[in-house]
Amino acid sequence: MSANGWFQIGLFLLVIFLITKPLGVFLARVFSGQRTFLDPVLRPIEKLIYRLTGINEKHEMRWTEYAIAMLLFSGVSMAVLYLIERTQKFFPLNPQKFANLEPGLAFGTAASFTTNTNWQAYSGESTMSYLTQMAGLAYHNFASAAVGIAVAVAVIRGIARKETDKLGNFWVDTTRCLLWVLLPICLVGSLVFVSQGVIQNLRPYTTVELIEPQTVQVTSADGKTTKQTVTQQIIAQGPVASQEVIKEFGTNGGGFFGANSAHPFENPTPFSNFFQVVLIFAIPSALTYTLGRMTGSQRHGWAVWAAMAVLFLAGITTAYWAEARGNPQLVGINQTQSMVQSGGNMEGKEVRFGIANSALFATVTTDASCGAINGQHDSFTPIGGMVPLINIMLGEVVFGGVGAGLYGIVVFVILAVFIAGLMVGRTPEYLGKKIESYDVKMAMLAILILTFTILGFSAFAIIKPFGTSSISNPGPHGLSQVLYAYVSSAGNNGSAFGGLSVNTMWYNTSTAVAQLLGRFFMIIPVLAIAGSLAKKRIVPESVGTFPVTGGLFAGLLVATIVIVGALTFFPALSLGPILEHLLMAAGKAF
Amino acid sequence: MKKNLLIAIWFTLVTTVIFGLIYPLAVTAVAQLLFRDRANGQLIERNGKLVGSRIIGQAFTGPGYFHPRPSAAGTGYDPTASGGSNLAPTNKNLLERVRADVQKLRAENPNAAIPVDLVTTSGSGLDPDISPEAAEFQIPRVATSRNMKQEDLRALVQKHTKGRDLGFLGEPRVNVLELNLELDSFRDGR
Repeated sequence: MSANGWFQIGLFLLVIFLITKPLGVFLARVFSGQRTFLDPVLRPIEKLIYRLTGINEKHEMRWTEYAIAMLLFSGVSMAVLYLIERTQKFFPLNPQKFANLEPGLAFGTAASFTTNTNWQAYSGESTMSYLTQMAGLAYHNFASAAVGIAVAVAVIRGIARKETDKLGNFWVDTTRCLLWVLLPICLVGSLVFVSQGVIQNLRPYTTVELIEPQTVQVTSADGKTTKQTVTQQIIAQGPVASQEVIKEFGTNGGGFFGANSAHPFENPTPFSNFFQVVLIFAIPSALTYTLGRMTGSQRHGWAVWAAMAVLFLAGITTAYWAEARGNPQLVGINQTQSMVQSGGNMEGKEVRFGIANSALFATVTTDASCGAINGQHDSFTPIGGMVPLINIMLGEVVFGGVGAGLYGIVVFVILAVFIAGLMVGRTPEYLGKKIESYDVKMAMLAILILTFTILGFSAFAIIKPFGTSSISNPGPHGLSQVLYAYVSSAGNNGSAFGGLSVNTMWYNTSTAVAQLLGRFFMIIPVLAIAGSLAKKRIVPESVGTFPVTGGLFAGLLVATIVIVGALTFFPALSLGPILEHLLMAAGKAF
Repeated sequence: MKKNLLIAIWFTLVTTVIFGLIYPLAVTAVAQLLFRDRANGQLIERNGKLVGSRIIGQAFTGPGYFHPRPSAAGTGYDPTASGGSNLAPTNKNLLERVRADVQKLRAENPNAAIPVDLVTTSGSGLDPDISPEAAEFQIPRVATSRNMKQEDLRALVQKHTKGRDLGFLGEPRVNVLELNLELDSFRDGR
């Protein structure tokens, strides 16, 4: 670890802290229908959308209608994406003449992008036409992010409002999020990326002549190796920057290319890398301020932020430490950090990012439900790779996905005040609302569905040949690979231990089901909680009220998250990464 | 329900046009106007032929060139198959691959410790850079092969070493393709 590495990490957290308030205020204004400086341009477009689609912006929805509208939009847009993937060869903007996707992969990908997971069983540069990337995949980066934020806003309204059954209008929230929040930053941000070297064009792939032709060994399907001379390099092109920015800002994570943000055309410089991690945390962090502002308790918003920051720091410290130590089994190699090399475990990492920025990216992308990667998590050290795994297992509430992080943390807040209530023997309250059995049941339902999905699918896959045959790294790491696949799917993250061969019928289908369960069986209970809270009266604060502000509450919240996560997943972790770490230290390989 | 279903259908279509077509095409137009070279991949031309992209790595194996890192993209540095090895730190294949590379490198330069980035594959398989340490390690071999002075090569490496962005972001690095192109122009010029 180096001072410069820590300086970058510290600066990152400072930048996130500084944008939390201004962006949080802006979000609150947008979703309260207040004027913003963008209104003169965007208001006419908003009205046009409402007229074309038949949305009545005055109409307010109960939680059930809100949920139904959300499900219908997700269902319809998912079907459209499936159709685009299945028919891409009949459309223009396909210079490489890619074929239509087969049904399993098309379904898996459609589920994955609709649920903001962006799990990828394909490599973009050899599968998807430019039209599919733009109108299918990048579009869902916008849509699924807006849906997540809309749900979070409905949940905040549920906490803030009293004695009503209305949570707002799903279509209006989604539209305003798309136009006011996502579009402006993406227009500016995509050009910032292009200025750094992220490509943005519609050209066919470029063929270049190698300076030095190479003789390579090629293994054919029947196992024969032949020597071939390679004289050319085919450089993939495409409209990358416009997708890159929403990939991060909407915590989607689906790369234009197979290598995702490790690819020089997606993430060419350390500056573009820094911009990416800031974009990932921007909205999730700001939403804590929006929560405080809309519920009238700014200190509660900051207490939640502080709990998240503590968990973030714990993750990055562990990951950075583990990766900087390197791999003890690589002998005769200089892995020491210095002014002229980053050292550490460089397998699967890029020189321009080094250890600090690879560990930071891995932590941030899994704290949030982003799933973009700038280094291969599969090649991380056991402990370094366990950090992303744990981050997702905790429910991605460390800032979390756009919207998803906020409604996820609300579930844990409800549990925390419930536990505090049990300890002092009073009815738990949350910002003046009594937390009753229905609310706690719904909160537990959300947590249990996530747990069952992850552990159920992993356990099943690990005893079946069609599950284990996809494993590429033998030993305890193989269990980590399978576990990561379902953790990432159910958590709607989308990053992977990429060695696992997931483009199979079993993995395409089972991960898609895990993604749909993890997305919608989280959102529905959470909206139910919001609907229930909105109906309640405000109980005046008394001396016996457990405060949801300050250090004590933040500490209790952190403890709740960690204990729930640890009790659920420690056995699985001890057989995967922890065992691998001990065996690696003992000099074992598989 | 029925009303919301109709809205869902129209809403998907209208927003797909705005965010799936108009937005990316508008960004493409502006990017091509403002940053034409960067938007198209920073391609390099030599003697009227395209020979590569400034930010995409290329394989070099001859003794007279600086070598990039090992690559797991296709058969090596294949931009249509980007990706890493995904080998776990406890995978025997990784340890064996590194052991073989270490043997080769030690024969080339027995006096220096082998920098880790020279024996590890990158995340993209297209890493255009090596660390300054890895460039320094290769100077004796290139110098012998090209019959050049080590100091001259060191100055050239220095010239192609990029510091941290803004002085503190990322890591210092040497672009292998640009360095090798200058090496060749050096020879052609003489």
